[in-house]
Amino acid sequence: MRVGFTAAGARRGCRAALALTIGLMPFGLVVGMAADAKGLSLLETLVMSGLVFAGTAQLVALELWADPAPVLAATLAVLVINLRMAPMGAALAPVLDRLSGLRLWGSLAVLVDNAFALMVAEMRAGRRDAGFLVGASLTMWANWMVMCCVGHVFGAAVRLPPGHPVFFASVAALMAILVPIWRGRSDLLPWVVAGAAALAAHGAGLGAPWPVLAGALLGSAAGAARDLRRT
Amino acid sequence: MTLRWDVLAAILGMAAVTYLCRAGGYAILRVTRPPPFVQAMLQHLPGCIFVAFLAPALAREGWPAWVAAAAALLAQARLGKLALSILVGVAVLWGLRALPGALSGALPGG
Repeated sequence: MRVGFTAAGARRGCRAALALTIGLMPFGLVVGMAADAKGLSLLETLVMSGLVFAGTAQLVALELWADPAPVLAATLAVLVINLRMAPMGAALAPVLDRLSGLRLWGSLAVLVDNAFALMVAEMRAGRRDAGFLVGASLTMWANWMVMCCVGHVFGAAVRLPPGHPVFFASVAALMAILVPIWRGRSDLLPWVVAGAAALAAHGAGLGAPWPVLAGALLGSAAGAARDLRRT
Repeated sequence: MTLRWDVLAAILGMAAVTYLCRAGGYAILRVTRPPPFVQAMLQHLPGCIFVAFLAPALAREGWPAWVAAAAALLAQARLGKLALSILVGVAVLWGLRALPGALSGALPGG
């Protein structure tokens, strides 16, 4: 087995992801409920969640769902929302560069925001085992499938209103993950620029994914410009 | 348990472009050696992605969400338990949302 991918790493990733599942559960419920409301069967809901595995994109696609299914519109909407994942894969280069073949392209296939965040915290602690990423991703995938299923089956009975505080769990999860990602004061400038640029794009009326992309690119460019001037 | 062809086509389209997004950024990086500026950017990208995702999400929800987010951040910094920090964030938002109703119920004319 290559050094870059171990079963022990996968087990550690799985344990790390379990602590986060509570933050992802409400999101899965919402997607299951939305799919049920749009008339998708349980099988269709699970095939979608299993293959796409991207909550925000699925919600947006389901919002514009119709009968027959809007193939082009759903595909385009999902493409735009998920553009934010492209820089994530690039940022994981130190981990992925040591892989090839199925390990490499399979690891990327299950890449998801929260597993990415855990892997970044792991990288910054000096560990580069891609098994950790896949273990965390697959744990979140399993949780995702269960919660989408529960949402589809019991959604009509639960009926949580859209603005309910439990849906804040996914935001709170990302907020908490910021702590292990923080490297110290050198992160302050890029993070402030990223937040300000995202708020400006949001305030200008731009929808997803433009605030995220604008913030991510401008923030990291500000950090890079400062770093290169220093050295 | 039905699986309609039009629904399946839409799902496969969604899945294909999602994989393109997941793998595409790294695939480009693997075949081209990026200039130093881009390499320096990649070091900063992860944190910036999440900050840029969170700021508009909190702005949409209003000030109680900012307070709840700060509570989750503080809980994580002090105690280091992710599940607990998530619960703290949700509980604080729930409390702040319930507060005005409870106050106007308790205070006459409030």
